[in-house]
Amino acid sequence: MTFGEILIAVYIFVLAVFVGFEVISKVPPTLHTPLMSGSNAISGITVVGALIASGKNDMNLTTILGCLAIVFATINVVGGYAVTDRMLKMFKKK
Amino acid sequence: MQENLINLSYLISAVLFIIGLKMMNSPKTARRGNFYSAFGMLIAICAALFEKGVVSYQFIIIGLVIGSAIGAFLAATVKMTQMPQMVGLLNGYGGLASTLVGIAEYARLYPNLSIYDTVTILSTIIIGAITFSGSVTAYGKLEGIVSGQPITYPLQKTLNLLQFFVIVCGSIFLVLHPENCIWFSVVVLVSFILGILLVLPIGGADMPVVVCLLNSYSGMAGCAAGFVLSNYCLIITGALVGASGIILTQIMCKAMNRSMTNVMFGAFGKVEAGSADKRQVTVQGYTPDDAVVVLESASLVIIVPGYGMAVAQAQNNTRELADLLEKKGAVVKYAIHPVAGRMPGHMNILLAEANVPYEKLYEMNDINSEFERADVALVIGANDVTNPAAKNNSKSPIYGMPILEVEKAKTVIFLKRSMAPGFAGIENELFLLPKTMMLFGDAKDTVVKLVNLLK
Repeated sequence: MTFGEILIAVYIFVLAVFVGFEVISKVPPTLHTPLMSGSNAISGITVVGALIASGKNDMNLTTILGCLAIVFATINVVGGYAVTDRMLKMFKKK
Repeated sequence: MQENLINLSYLISAVLFIIGLKMMNSPKTARRGNFYSAFGMLIAICAALFEKGVVSYQFIIIGLVIGSAIGAFLAATVKMTQMPQMVGLLNGYGGLASTLVGIAEYARLYPNLSIYDTVTILSTIIIGAITFSGSVTAYGKLEGIVSGQPITYPLQKTLNLLQFFVIVCGSIFLVLHPENCIWFSVVVLVSFILGILLVLPIGGADMPVVVCLLNSYSGMAGCAAGFVLSNYCLIITGALVGASGIILTQIMCKAMNRSMTNVMFGAFGKVEAGSADKRQVTVQGYTPDDAVVVLESASLVIIVPGYGMAVAQAQNNTRELADLLEKKGAVVKYAIHPVAGRMPGHMNILLAEANVPYEKLYEMNDINSEFERADVALVIGANDVTNPAAKNNSKSPIYGMPILEVEKAKTVIFLKRSMAPGFAGIENELFLLPKTMMLFGDAKDTVVKLVNLLK
């Protein structure tokens, strides 16, 4: 990574934080629990990192750790989205 | 070419995550929003499979299948009252996954790590490990495996500071000598231990704040992993989740009128419970028959549900009671305090599960002006969030906490198991007011009695 590339990454990070604050502060308190489980599922995006780590050709420490990481991140992703859907399904009007 | 397509896919998934979160601003669109967000995740996963380093798929498939099965099982079987534990645990898994990615990346690059690599990998591992062990401890406290009481011991702060010092010094050393495996292991191990020790002294009642904060950390860990892999998708989504967790943490702290430092390091419950005012008071108990007389003639009833209602499993009976009152011509509204459940918005979920329409649930600021007009404020399993001491007794441990102003209603009907004080360990002067009717007993039994009498 050159300094320029790092700077671009930091740019994206800072702007994303602002977007996050802007979007999340508009969520009504009634939906705060689904918001938490839903954003939780999104944080399972680490699975992308895990996939890249475990897809190497030869079996070594990296691929084993990557495989374990996939398991945990997938629990996070699938569990998070499924439970959020289960909750949101319950929200009904009169 | 392929690389460009992959990056484009990551961009699309990031946009879908943001749109999904944005659609969470109304219960009408939220479910579709969650679906968009899940679709975004699918795109990101597919894109990652085409990354140029990814050539072998057997480990990937094994991991995805096992993870999906466990995740789907957890989501389908968890009870709504256990939602804080569930979110806590999932946070922890996210954190652990980030840590493992960090360690895997260290192993892959070893021993040729640049300063940038070392700094980002260490950040990922440290934040991820604290998230994991902290979340598991919070899970244990919420589930009752670990004592909900704040656990304190001599030299606690010194010990925590020492560990923090070890992590910082170890990290600095590793930046200069990244090939030193022993120090690397020490930093990883101490980070795991620190997560446990930071959560142990925090009381069970404060776990909502801890879970929110750890939610933020799990995002930050993902974000750091994004810097490790120079993956913008991870950076963006990690930042979104980080922001979300911080906002919810602030909301919870404000609702309890406490600073974050006080929650994290105060060991609040332990100190205050001992100094609680133990004067003897006699409170007159009423019967459900007395209460029904008042309820039958009421035109506006505001129900104040607390976690005690959920513990007694009285949600469905409460909704039945509300239906009956509405049939008799009364308007029924629910007043939800921000800390009514065990996590933000928890009470709303518990009531939604009992088929209470979400339009009838009102936030504290919207409903407080209506108590003056209410004939009955029906408090079920709540206590501290109604205590006027928060407004008029500067010595009270909850002084300054915003409360639901039930004392303004014409009659307050209070369903309570016994005269035991609430979480904060303090008396509620509401019990002594002439307009308050105390109904002692199990919340569910009492509500069932009221329902039968109203029929």
